[in-house]
Amino acid sequence: MAGPEADGSELDSEPRPRQGWVAPHIAAEFPGLGIAWIELESRRTHSPEPVQRRLRDLSDRFYGSHAIHMRERPIPWAYRVFFRQVGLDPDHTRTPVEQLALDRLHDGAFVSRGMPADALTIATVETGVALRVFDTTKLRGGLCIRDSAPGESLPDKPTELAQGTLTIADGRSPLALLFGGPIDGPGLDSDATQIAIVAVQVKGVPQAAVDEALWIASAAIAA
Amino acid sequence: MPDLLDRDTLKTFRVGGDERLARAELRRQVGRLEHELSRLCAEAFPRLTLDTEVPASFAVPRVARLEELEQVRDALAERISIAREALRKQDELETRNRELLEDMLAAPAEHKWMRISRAEVGEPGCGHWHSRPRLGPLGMLMGWWRVKVSSGCPLSGRLAAVER
Repeated sequence: MAGPEADGSELDSEPRPRQGWVAPHIAAEFPGLGIAWIELESRRTHSPEPVQRRLRDLSDRFYGSHAIHMRERPIPWAYRVFFRQVGLDPDHTRTPVEQLALDRLHDGAFVSRGMPADALTIATVETGVALRVFDTTKLRGGLCIRDSAPGESLPDKPTELAQGTLTIADGRSPLALLFGGPIDGPGLDSDATQIAIVAVQVKGVPQAAVDEALWIASAAIAA
Repeated sequence: MPDLLDRDTLKTFRVGGDERLARAELRRQVGRLEHELSRLCAEAFPRLTLDTEVPASFAVPRVARLEELEQVRDALAERISIAREALRKQDELETRNRELLEDMLAAPAEHKWMRISRAEVGEPGCGHWHSRPRLGPLGMLMGWWRVKVSSGCPLSGRLAAVER
């Protein structure tokens, strides 16, 4: 009897990445900047054993020299360059993959922080791609990258964003800083059942790497 | 969202095509300099820790203006210059130490009690070469000097690296 894999229905059921848009004047300044996401079911919980084992395996093949040489690899380098270009110092505000590398060296391992954070850790370390997670039920419309308008602020933060701040936004308002904030989006609590895993692409990061990062993260969540 | 699209003509970026091209060129230079700095940093590891920090222009990500990109580029260029100089000095020091080590190995008695670590000749690990008398005080009196090679203590080295 043929299983679901035999006729390809397993592949068809995989979540497909959706592409967001980038404000035209920002896209003109930063060719290659992009945003893609997948929506899936998940809730904040302890990671299952296969995911924890994978974190341990990752820890075992990651050393201090990897962290130093990482910045020479094309994808981590691309994020470092982008950080410099948007006025951030990647040695102060770390790129996502470098922050994970630093945490690995500090803690002695990739410490499990439960789901979906562990899924993002695995996907980011494996591919170098910057990932975030948002509660889908709190999003209005598709995601985009744009600069903030006067009077706008981030959710749960009363202070107004400086005009021109690069943000990830939905159809209504900015949700998070493009880089430099926590990977968990606003309002992602234990009740969230529908989440969006978001990948931010910069120039030099191939689309295949973005797709792979989203696929690895969704596979880890499905484990 | 027409209000967002209207802001495409944001005043701060409403400049001629030349300035946009200039910003693109500066971003390209920043990318190249960042690559060079990363290469130097990797080359120096673990012999030397290079400072790669360049003060951030902003606390949050923004589209940097021409002069801000110039500042980042100049700061990166200066960091690279400092890093190259530090590496050059380190290479010279290690070369001198290697020559001294060769002399010590050739004539231990002429380098009594001298100790040269692996780090001082640019090699990994925490071992060292030590000119010591054979058979303790008797060797000292008789002039029986030799170089003793220590293989170091990798475990404590690893633990220290984690602490750092």
